[in-house]
Amino acid sequence: MGSMTIQEALLVALKQAVTVLPQDVVNALQEARERETSSMGAAQLDAILENVAIARDGSIPMCQDTGIQTFFVEAGVNSPFLKDLRHWIGEAMIQATATVPLRPNTVDPFTGKNPGDNSGRFMPLIHWELVDGDDVLISILPKGGGSENMSALKMLAPGVGMKGIKRAVVEHIVSCRGWPCPPTILGVGIGGGADIAMKLGKKAVLREIGSRNAVPEAAELERELLELVNMTGVGPMGVGGETTCLAVHVEYAHRHPASLPLGILVQCWADRRARVRLNADGIAEVISR
Amino acid sequence: MKRDLSLPIDGATARQLRVGDILFLTGSIFTARDEAHLLMLEAQESGKDIPFDPSQMALFHCGPVVSKQNGGWKVIAAGPTTSIRMELFEDKYLETFRPPIIIGKGGMGDRTQAALESVGTVYTQYTGGAGALAAKRIESVEGVEWLEELGMPEAAWFFKVKDFGPLLVTMDSVGGNLYKDLEPTIAENMKAVMARIEAG
Repeated sequence: MGSMTIQEALLVALKQAVTVLPQDVVNALQEARERETSSMGAAQLDAILENVAIARDGSIPMCQDTGIQTFFVEAGVNSPFLKDLRHWIGEAMIQATATVPLRPNTVDPFTGKNPGDNSGRFMPLIHWELVDGDDVLISILPKGGGSENMSALKMLAPGVGMKGIKRAVVEHIVSCRGWPCPPTILGVGIGGGADIAMKLGKKAVLREIGSRNAVPEAAELERELLELVNMTGVGPMGVGGETTCLAVHVEYAHRHPASLPLGILVQCWADRRARVRLNADGIAEVISR
Repeated sequence: MKRDLSLPIDGATARQLRVGDILFLTGSIFTARDEAHLLMLEAQESGKDIPFDPSQMALFHCGPVVSKQNGGWKVIAAGPTTSIRMELFEDKYLETFRPPIIIGKGGMGDRTQAALESVGTVYTQYTGGAGALAAKRIESVEGVEWLEELGMPEAAWFFKVKDFGPLLVTMDSVGGNLYKDLEPTIAENMKAVMARIEAG
């Protein structure tokens, strides 16, 4: 896509995220459909694929739950725009809510009031990471409530080891049944602390389907977990079938000797993502997927 | 079995629907999530009138995206929300308001199952996330209640639909439950999964 201002690029990316499913996810859904042996499971995948095409062709949100938007910002320390980014992201969020439109999803936990424009305390959520250079890379993850409700933190005893991690992940996914809108994408965060394991899991969801962790042990765990969760037979939408998860992505950090935090981030099939890059000259682009 | 139904339907028709049936609905449906359930139950208890008759419509667990266009409302996306959240009060809601069909996703618990049996309601599953597909089958927005207090997702919206589906009956009024039927298979599969993990 051509160059534009950051304000324009954020609006384009917010719309793209909720209306056009990334091609890697579409491919994974199509492959799942071809593999599916349960007629009820296949019917669910057919409806999903038809829905994805209607949303893309009509430029309308593929799911009514357009989520709470999480922004992951990799901010180059030499970018001249760091002080403005929060404001620009907040403004784009309010504008996109009206124009795409997005469902107003932010609610005050005390009063129950919804401001109607996706603004609010700490909203939209932004995770900041400082990196070298003068570019800023903004990843947008609109995440629905149904799948977020199925995300979990397990503080395991280190003695259970990798086998314990595998057991916990599969048991959790089976306990979720059809609630998080399977086939899901799992982000598995290991180590760090309670907060870091969850954050790593969410970052793992951002990765493209088909990508593998660069560390061989983590990549092997991704492959094995995917095979294990798909042996369970929960299937598309929990009505039974071959594919419960489209992908498992693992990210990890070193841990405290007494702790083995395990973050399981569950992302529904609508794995919506978009990315914007802003350079030091103020030229922005939406990165194609 | 595939069934085209026009709402309202009578109690006998709802009672005949079985797990595995696939429904396509034409007529009036209304949305209610957590907050609309609570508000309606509280209103009923304090003797206030509910401004519509839920027994003549299907209850849709949904928080839609709706946009104001040319003075009217247009549905942009309206797929089902996760029904299990309403398990807290769905039994009481069914007994009070008696909608013949629930449209949701993911299924519900034992309390709702018992109420389905006593009231004669069926629970149907619509494909989760299929918001654009659903919107295509909604002909018009007939009205909205409690928009000001509850906000767009939680308000009760009234839709006129045509061939709204496919809705898979997964819980019926004679104890049928597709999710429960799957449990022995999943339990058996889990034994194989655990054995494989142990074998390393």
